[in-house]
Amino acid sequence: MAASDLNSARLKDMYRRMLVGREFEEQVYFLFLKGTLPGTVHQSLGQEAVAVGVCSNLNRDDYIVAHHRPHNIALAKGVDPRSAMAELFAKKAGCCRGKGGSMHLGDFDVGMVPSLAIVGASLTVAPGMALAYQLTGTKQVSAAFFGDGASNEGAFHEGINFAAVRKLPVIFVCENNLYGASTPYDQVSLVTDIAKRACAYGIPGETVDGMDVIAVYEAARKAVARARQGKGPTLLECKTYRFCGHSRSDPAHYRPKEELAEWKKRDPIKLLGDRMVAEKRATTKELSALEVEVKEQIQAAIEFAQNEPPLELSEALTDVFA
Amino acid sequence: MPREERRLTIGEALREAIAEEMRRDEKVFLIGEDIGIPGGFGGAFGVYLGLPEEFGRERIVDTPISEKAIMGAAVGAAMMGMRPVADLQYSDFLFCCMDEVVNQAPKLRYMSGGKLSVPLVIRFPVGATTRGAQHAQSPESYLAHVPGLKVVCISDAYDAKGLLKTAVRDDNPVMIFEHKLLYGSKGRMQAGGLDLTCPVPEEEYLIPLGKAKVRRQGGDVTIIATHIVLYRAHTAAEELAEEGIECEIIDPRSLVPLDEETIFESVRKTGRVVIAHEDNLRLGWGAEVASRIAQECFYSLEAPIQRVATYDVPIPFAPELEQSVVPSAERIKEAVRAALVD
Repeated sequence: MAASDLNSARLKDMYRRMLVGREFEEQVYFLFLKGTLPGTVHQSLGQEAVAVGVCSNLNRDDYIVAHHRPHNIALAKGVDPRSAMAELFAKKAGCCRGKGGSMHLGDFDVGMVPSLAIVGASLTVAPGMALAYQLTGTKQVSAAFFGDGASNEGAFHEGINFAAVRKLPVIFVCENNLYGASTPYDQVSLVTDIAKRACAYGIPGETVDGMDVIAVYEAARKAVARARQGKGPTLLECKTYRFCGHSRSDPAHYRPKEELAEWKKRDPIKLLGDRMVAEKRATTKELSALEVEVKEQIQAAIEFAQNEPPLELSEALTDVFA
Repeated sequence: MPREERRLTIGEALREAIAEEMRRDEKVFLIGEDIGIPGGFGGAFGVYLGLPEEFGRERIVDTPISEKAIMGAAVGAAMMGMRPVADLQYSDFLFCCMDEVVNQAPKLRYMSGGKLSVPLVIRFPVGATTRGAQHAQSPESYLAHVPGLKVVCISDAYDAKGLLKTAVRDDNPVMIFEHKLLYGSKGRMQAGGLDLTCPVPEEEYLIPLGKAKVRRQGGDVTIIATHIVLYRAHTAAEELAEEGIECEIIDPRSLVPLDEETIFESVRKTGRVVIAHEDNLRLGWGAEVASRIAQECFYSLEAPIQRVATYDVPIPFAPELEQSVVPSAERIKEAVRAALVD
């Protein structure tokens, strides 16, 4: 794992937040298997370190925009697990009042606009958020999360190039989980380190171990500082892996079992936990206690969401225009 | 002695509206290609000339040729509380940024459960001007179809100022369609030698969206038209008046929201309707308006509703072919006569 001067409290906080994401996703998976939740779901089990490592560098008013696989990112940005769960249950208590759903998870009140489920869309919108900060002279920073698949959309080129020439305070966070749905990335691009493309735009690009939350944290810290200082965007590529299929019905037969097993050895939560124990920053007992606490928190979120009343049908016709 | 009325072109009126709004609200800014480059042309049709000198280039954001980046930036900035006025040099380029304009701008408020708003304006120059098939379309119907977008069609300088100012203050995405032949620049013979200026007050005024304008009174036939076709409808109406046929001409000014009340009132009076636009016929906005009239005013109608629109072909380059496919005064007259059949 990367070196870091982060104190124990901070590490424990990141550990806890990764646990929240993991437990949330595990429970959502079971709820889907039981047929409790409507719609579909794109989960990010295994990708917790990217969300937590980046968002730990952001303030509440640093707005982010994510993609169709947003659960971990939303929770890491500070969306209350109760309102995130209520959103998946399509309740008015949801963070998008039941009108967004899984693919549009986000809460404007905590600095996250609804996630954009068109691949690549975050790459043109986040620079606009940064443009607002630049024009009004605030020191806010925006972040665009996107997957490896988005790197082959036109939006990738247009958004990054525009942000680069304007020196906009935005960071581009690529979650390279090696597969766009079922397609391996090396079948769709000859340059498999997406961060290398940064040189085409004259901005820094960095590829980091996306299973190492500290490595992500440190790289994002540099990128955010650079953006806040008015020096422009950074392309941050986090190599990661999803421990689940692309969407709820996908058993992921296109991936070798051994590959999954290898990546699971580098489970980001386990990596950080082992390190904290090795460095005597936490005991196994403390970590287990955290785990129990988080499980209870997510169970409470599920109960909350289940008990909330459904939407009134008239809600379908509101919020079209301001 | 009364002061002589000041006359402006649409281009000048748009510029004045933008300048007034930029002075009033520092959240208003411009974004687009070739809009503020020193020594450049102030946008494809010169609307922004002089603005960088007053407002500086910070608030006039020149972009790469990247329509997706422009519209994505407008959406992102609008969500953060800014009021961008985005420029699309030719409305045909809409299709390069359909995702931002259709999937993002009009849906984000809804998807957020009403927690945010997207107050942005996009300006779309439309119309056939002997530039061939890819710089000629009038795609307002595409966007009028999208829930969450407002759609405005500007046809004269007075409206240009009042409608654009209202659009900038609206808390929703407002799409403004302007006809290239009506900006008032020189040498536009296709505009038919029209006087493209009209009196525009120097003081501030706003025109609400969703209010149609009755541009000519008449009791025999209702013509609903926008943009340059509106002027051709006038020509047709004047010629028909010599035969004793009196046309009422309605400029809807905005397609979304649509002023049904004014339209239905006229139709109930005349019982005969011609809808004319430069957008092509098939599923053009005229079809929607015709359908609503048929449903709401069926028992007032004396004859089938007539539609005059560009034929369903790509716009040809050859000038005589181009003019043969877009609506002419002659075709509007024929449609009026058809509407008068008992």
